[in-house]
Amino acid sequence: MPVVHRAPTAESPPHPPPGGSRTWAATSPWRHRLDRLVSPYAYVAPFFLLFAAFGVFPLIYTAWVSLHDWNLLSSANPFIGLDNYRELFSDGYFWNAAFNTLSIGVLSAVPQLALALVLAHLLNRPLRAQTLFRITLLLPNVTSVVAVVVIFSQLFGRDFGLVNALLDLVGIDRVYWQANVASSHVAIATMIMWRWTGYNALIYLAAMQAVPREIYEAATIDGASAARQLWGITIPMIRPTIIFTIIVTTIGSMQIIAEPLLFGAQVSNGAATTGGTDRQFQTLALYLYEKGFRSFEFGYASAAAWVMFLLVVLVVGFNYLVVRRMRGGLDV
Amino acid sequence: MRRKPLDARRNRGTRMRSLRKHPLTYLTLLAVAFFSAFPVYWSVIVASHDNAALAEMPPPLLPGGNFLANVSRVFDTTPFALALLNSFVVAGTITVSVTFFSTLAGFAFAKLRFRGRNALLLLTVVTMMVPTQLGIIPLYMLMIKLEWTGKLYAVIVPALVNAFGVFFMTQYLSRALPTELLEAGRIDGCGTWRLFRHVVVPAARPAAAVLGMLTFMTAWNDYFWPLVVLTPDDPTVQVALSQLASGYVRDFTLGLTGTAVATLPLVLIFVLLGKQIIGGIMQGAVKG
Repeated sequence: MPVVHRAPTAESPPHPPPGGSRTWAATSPWRHRLDRLVSPYAYVAPFFLLFAAFGVFPLIYTAWVSLHDWNLLSSANPFIGLDNYRELFSDGYFWNAAFNTLSIGVLSAVPQLALALVLAHLLNRPLRAQTLFRITLLLPNVTSVVAVVVIFSQLFGRDFGLVNALLDLVGIDRVYWQANVASSHVAIATMIMWRWTGYNALIYLAAMQAVPREIYEAATIDGASAARQLWGITIPMIRPTIIFTIIVTTIGSMQIIAEPLLFGAQVSNGAATTGGTDRQFQTLALYLYEKGFRSFEFGYASAAAWVMFLLVVLVVGFNYLVVRRMRGGLDV
Repeated sequence: MRRKPLDARRNRGTRMRSLRKHPLTYLTLLAVAFFSAFPVYWSVIVASHDNAALAEMPPPLLPGGNFLANVSRVFDTTPFALALLNSFVVAGTITVSVTFFSTLAGFAFAKLRFRGRNALLLLTVVTMMVPTQLGIIPLYMLMIKLEWTGKLYAVIVPALVNAFGVFFMTQYLSRALPTELLEAGRIDGCGTWRLFRHVVVPAARPAAAVLGMLTFMTAWNDYFWPLVVLTPDDPTVQVALSQLASGYVRDFTLGLTGTAVATLPLVLIFVLLGKQIIGGIMQGAVKG
């Protein structure tokens, strides 16, 4: 580090630079103590203040709003207790959105993480063009969600899409991807997977590089195949990272919104917020958006947000427990 | 990729052997690399043809000559120039601020002793897991109260610091900044702020550069919150892009030209600095 030696020599005590504020800590022991006491808190304060104002406060205030018949367009917002929640639990559209979220989440997360693991395993060898492979794998992650959906909506287009052209070529009927539940979920899951697989592969690769080489060498001598090494050594060794990616991916999948929103916009502007003409691919986050920012039912949408929050906690907790229980099977 | 690192040259023998030993590995990686790059390449193809060319069978697979005509159509249809400018202002401000405040907080967490440090650091990590998108309605109400709706502040201010940045810099500084250096500065009579400016900032530069690039990309690509809080006539680039792609007439050429214009600068930066960015992501990833 070439810059490092500069610091102490530039400020030797005999020649203190002018300007009171720059040296005040050195001038009196009282100020010095104050500096030591207060500075750390002052330095971490911006993050906590901002997060409190724009992260925590809205989340908690959501609970308060959810207990009201709160509409942007009306002047009175009467307190109605748990009525919003009662209505929500019997709201078929909400449960439809919950199902879609789960379905798209599973379809995108499971193959994505599995493929990422295999890719990282392949990259964790002496390879030619290692950096080129890594850059190409991460390229999708640099592309914005909007760009991804615009590109894939064209690829999955009914009339001029490349995917349908390929299906035509091998004699399979063209698919109107937005039209039904299964095909739209597959298309959206493909977009998510395309954007995130390389990213997760690099995270796994980072963890794999921390595994001591000797273990693999010993395994190779014992005649263990590459697949066996992945299952028997790598996966158990990087378990914390796997758990981390599963949690992060789960939280991400519970909040999917831009993909269905823009994919639906290819059909019509109305189909955008409803996630298709029959809500085939309306996710929970999109339902929240529809209620909050199309019909401006803030109270009702807030109730939906809180139930979503509980669902996130529930699903993340469930995944965590499942992965933990797999431990026995993985420790070979 | 311009300079070959030393160890790569030394390993050349093993690498050549590995090519012969693992043809399947290369085949798989090449296939995945193809699928990763193709959609981006495809956007360039579409952006450089007219709509009629897309209907042809087989579809065009090489760039055509229509790119500039399409670009000027993009700028005519939406306030795309304004959107690009807005995105530069937003992403630029957020990048400077996130890098500065993260380095500051990272310094405190990594090297200063204070009561409650571990608890606060843990809290920072936990906040990374909070799905803040769920608080979007009160956040919007707050913006109405502040009279920030439709203004760039609404997008900038909530993003000025984030937990990831703080955590990333904490990790880096606790490893890369020698404590003796700080002690030497203290003995010379430096206050904490001067230590930060003259010792910490120079040492933090490599990590701050990576964090800055990651932050710029995230801010540039942010879509949902700008869509909610900004207006169509004064958008960021992603919001403008989504309008291009969801007009009443399905004009794929227009949408993908916008995509190419909005994405190519980032892709270019990424390809040039990819090695550092990847290093940063992989470093930040090892959380133990």
